[in-house]
Amino acid sequence: MVEQNHPPLAGSDDLQQLVVQITTVSEEVGPVRLMEVCGTHTVSLFRSGIRSILPANIRLISGPGCPVCVTSQGYIDAALDLARYSRVAITTYGDMVRVPGRDGSLADLRAQGADVTVCYSARDAVQHAVANPEREVVFLAVGFETTAPATAVAVLEAEQLGLQNFSLLTGHKLVMPALNALLAADDLPVDGFLLPGHVSVIIGSDVYLPLAREHGKACVVAGFEVRQLLLGILHLLRQKAAGQPRVDNVYPVAVQPEGNRRAQELLEHVFQPGDAVWRAMGNIPGSGLDLRPALARFDAWQRYDMEPGEDYEPPGCRCGEVIQGRVDPGDCPLFATACRPESPIGPCMVSSEGSCAAWYRYARRTAQG
Amino acid sequence: MVPDDIERIILAHGGGGELTSRLLAEHILPHLGNELLNPLGDGAILPAESGRLCLTTDSFVVQPLTFPGGDIGRLAVCGTVNDLAMMGARPLALSLSLIIEEGLPLAMLDRIIGSIADTAAEAGIRIATGDTKVIERQRGDGLLINTTGLGSVADSTDLSPGRIVAGDELVITGNLAEHGLAVMAVREGLGLTTRIESDVAPLADLAQQLVVGRPAVKFLRDPTRGGLAGVLADLVSETGLGIEVDENALPIAPRVQHAAELLGLDPLTVANEGKIVLVCSPEATAAVLAICHSHQYGRKATRIGTFVASEPPLAELVTKIGGHRLIQRPYGEELPRIC
Repeated sequence: MVEQNHPPLAGSDDLQQLVVQITTVSEEVGPVRLMEVCGTHTVSLFRSGIRSILPANIRLISGPGCPVCVTSQGYIDAALDLARYSRVAITTYGDMVRVPGRDGSLADLRAQGADVTVCYSARDAVQHAVANPEREVVFLAVGFETTAPATAVAVLEAEQLGLQNFSLLTGHKLVMPALNALLAADDLPVDGFLLPGHVSVIIGSDVYLPLAREHGKACVVAGFEVRQLLLGILHLLRQKAAGQPRVDNVYPVAVQPEGNRRAQELLEHVFQPGDAVWRAMGNIPGSGLDLRPALARFDAWQRYDMEPGEDYEPPGCRCGEVIQGRVDPGDCPLFATACRPESPIGPCMVSSEGSCAAWYRYARRTAQG
Repeated sequence: MVPDDIERIILAHGGGGELTSRLLAEHILPHLGNELLNPLGDGAILPAESGRLCLTTDSFVVQPLTFPGGDIGRLAVCGTVNDLAMMGARPLALSLSLIIEEGLPLAMLDRIIGSIADTAAEAGIRIATGDTKVIERQRGDGLLINTTGLGSVADSTDLSPGRIVAGDELVITGNLAEHGLAVMAVREGLGLTTRIESDVAPLADLAQQLVVGRPAVKFLRDPTRGGLAGVLADLVSETGLGIEVDENALPIAPRVQHAAELLGLDPLTVANEGKIVLVCSPEATAAVLAICHSHQYGRKATRIGTFVASEPPLAELVTKIGGHRLIQRPYGEELPRIC
């Protein structure tokens, strides 16, 4: 039975048609809980207004798909420690700069004179190292399979250039091990997964098959614009109504069953799977990417003889439960009171893909947008 | 470092001596000279004006210095002229302060000064006085500019959020998000097949046509940093009213929408440098749109929303699919997503 590459449904040219179809099918299912794995989906679902029109029995819950949100406090504190060295220049994606560590954030340290530069890409970080040969440039390499290939390219470029002053504080994570860990916990009442479009471009849609076949969860791979989101939700509901969980792909223009082989080979060449601590979820074996021994000189953990600190939650912060879909941001007592975008306590409020930031920004006052 | 053949600004150009005089005589006055500036006095004396005076200032630190559709020079003139325009003022004169980093190629300075001259001429305003400093090389920004503008506001003009009531309508004078995305696309090296151009433009002429003798127009603001979302957030807090915006009505070019999606940005929060957000009573909307449509900087003007009584006061977007979500001021810098 062909599970992949469903053609657009009849009438899907009209967005309103899709909304009507969703409403119709949702009457055939009882309460349904769908996990939006990816933080970008969370934001898109809010921005498009889809959250506000979904029938009440359809609940969307957050997942562990925001790279900054799932980064452990131990990693953040290690980055802050590195930033304090006068010869180190930290290069990082923008969201990481404002996450509070034990004693403030990278932004706070920068205001005190630490060398912290926001980069748009890993290759920018390599260029920064080339342009500043007297500085020891460390790139905070976080993100899922979408960004890891770009980091791999950057490391190979650094190797080719013979750079002596560049390293990565590796923190890349893999999505599937996290989903398996959530399902293994057994108390996750989730009926289906809205799977991340961009990650799936790299890893393909076949990797998700066990979610449907072994765990009986409805699955769909979808992109981020509004038609994709509506189509994705419709497919999940139809699977649920028919009692036929499978992996549907409504983003076939970008996602192949086997994914992007070149990107996967690149990752295998540069990285190997290793342990990774996810915020509040502890260590998930094989869920992180470490540099291969041949590239050890680009590994900041080894270069500076460091280990990540302990993971902990800032007092009162419930980010850990938010990213596992156990609570909504509105359930956290700090939400919109002590914890706001201008004074964030946890990363879910800092990150542009964080659930708490999305709730605050798009639907501050209501539970369902 | 090996010296190259490029003629560059050096610290001595800012020293007040011979090199400074030559810089002014050879690179600045030929483009910008006018009867107010030419004496190079400590200040410029302007003729008295009727009406009230409006003063505004702005500094420009954009990187890169040049981008599709414009450069820091054009931006420095338009930014201040437009602030005057939003206050209902007719621009009278600008001051121009240049802080140049040593090492800036003279050819770049010439290009920027040329832009300033062209834009000032288009805006019908003169550079009356100025200052030039040269600083030691810092981050390689090259050039920082401050412009201060003086304008004259007719006695009958009364633009203020306090005049806005429920039922008043919001108009935008054209396509959104072009300036911010044009700059970001260059910075990120986004090789977009259709180039996005900044909309940077001087709006005093359009604004005066909309405002003078037209009390039904109650408020103008240009949605620069923070974009349309920033202006709406300001209005909500200044009026205590809610705002409903229709997503279907928002004018955005498809390639701009596409670029915003690629970067994970909300077009409502991206800067514009050639657009006006206008509030008017509903009976005046048709006339306002007619004026805009017959002006080169208002061809795509459209009504986008309404003020409503709402408790608490919020700005809300009615989305394409008939859903809704809040529009709020973005926190700080909007940075493209990482995943």
